[in-house]
Amino acid sequence: MSKRNISVTINGSVYTRQVEPRLSLSDFLRGEQNLHGTHIGCEHGVCGACSILLDGVPIRACLMLAVQADGQELTTVEGLSQDDGTPGLLQDAFQDAHGMQCGYCTPGMLISAQALLADNNDPSLDEIKDAIGGNLCRCTGYVQIIEAIQLAATRLREAG
Amino acid sequence: MKAAKFDYIQAGSVDEVVDALAKGDGEAIIIAGGQTLMPMLSMRLARPETVIDINRIPELSGIAVDGDEVVIKACTRQATALASAEIQRHLPLLAKAIAYVGHQQTRNRGTIGGSLSHADPASEIPLTALTMDARVRLRSVAGIREVAMADYFLGPMMTARADNEILLSVHFPLPPTGSRTGTAFHEVSERRGDFAVVAAAALIVLDGNGVCSRVALGIGGADGVPKRITGLEDKLRGGKIDPDAIQAAMGEVAATLAPGSDQHAGADYRRRVAGKLAERALIDALTDALLEAENE
Repeated sequence: MSKRNISVTINGSVYTRQVEPRLSLSDFLRGEQNLHGTHIGCEHGVCGACSILLDGVPIRACLMLAVQADGQELTTVEGLSQDDGTPGLLQDAFQDAHGMQCGYCTPGMLISAQALLADNNDPSLDEIKDAIGGNLCRCTGYVQIIEAIQLAATRLREAG
Repeated sequence: MKAAKFDYIQAGSVDEVVDALAKGDGEAIIIAGGQTLMPMLSMRLARPETVIDINRIPELSGIAVDGDEVVIKACTRQATALASAEIQRHLPLLAKAIAYVGHQQTRNRGTIGGSLSHADPASEIPLTALTMDARVRLRSVAGIREVAMADYFLGPMMTARADNEILLSVHFPLPPTGSRTGTAFHEVSERRGDFAVVAAAALIVLDGNGVCSRVALGIGGADGVPKRITGLEDKLRGGKIDPDAIQAAMGEVAATLAPGSDQHAGADYRRRVAGKLAERALIDALTDALLEAENE
């Protein structure tokens, strides 16, 4: 039951830490790294609030052990902002289109949208719905979230 | 919602896994994608002494056509299988089924072998493997054995795999050459990506004369294990198959299933949905097979 050394790249910086094997990746990010942007909703893989990118693809951080992330590259919602800490293009679009109500699901929505737009800057409505299908918004504010993703896609295309 | 303490082994080879399983004596458990096991650990429904991580064993990943079968290694991600040209081409039924499995976040971690090992009676990959007459290869310190899907599912989340065995790979037979194969997969769930309330998988093979040489219908979520409707298959095999013949055999579906009731759906509802989805899947599989014939 001894602790394990892990070395993880988070939002571009490498961190070496000792973790208990039973520690989930979501608890590691919040509790050990103080990255509170990753929200924990259900803790059993249903709500999607804890979504992060693992080597560029979206996963649920509550369904992975921190030890399993050893040697891998993670992007949390904090990693979506610009280098000076101001909101990135996608985050701006969420703000401008008011793609949130209470904001609890927002980090997961942003991560899913980021993964979608990285592959496809002109997604159809169905593609957007499919991409955020694993993220629950219990305010049911989906329409504006979708509009925010469409706005971000438009801006991405305009920026070329 | 925090897992109880456990020892963690990051295995580098299958040899290491089977040794650790033998040493664990029933108290060691394998983690692959973790999409089912992590919630079980968090809720303490599972309290293993040792968790054996198989994610970094290269010999457990990959998809290959080997003779007359397609072999999928256990730790192959569902997302990898869904995107695989080999699977789209050779196992279209599996590709159709995986599209219903969870969401991108879970498919990026979840594995083919993990779905087969957990064997939820409503999950899509076990249902597809059963419908396609696949078999799994299992290994313990005692050696390797293979189990056909027909003998694999023992009950809800219970399989023929022993605690000291690892599932290495699943083997899907290819359809015979010169035949036309049609497939279809349908399910009803509360939301897309949720576990199926009921799911139906159908496969129809027509020979050169348009006679149905093979038909398989599998239903998930409507019994303790995924079920083949063999009575219906027996009625349809060997003859000309058309929507009327399918209709005439539909009574076998409800007669074969013993669905349960839970918060998602009652037994009657499940039985009726199973019948409807079965009919839809068979007719779509037939259309698919005939379309393939036209395109030849």
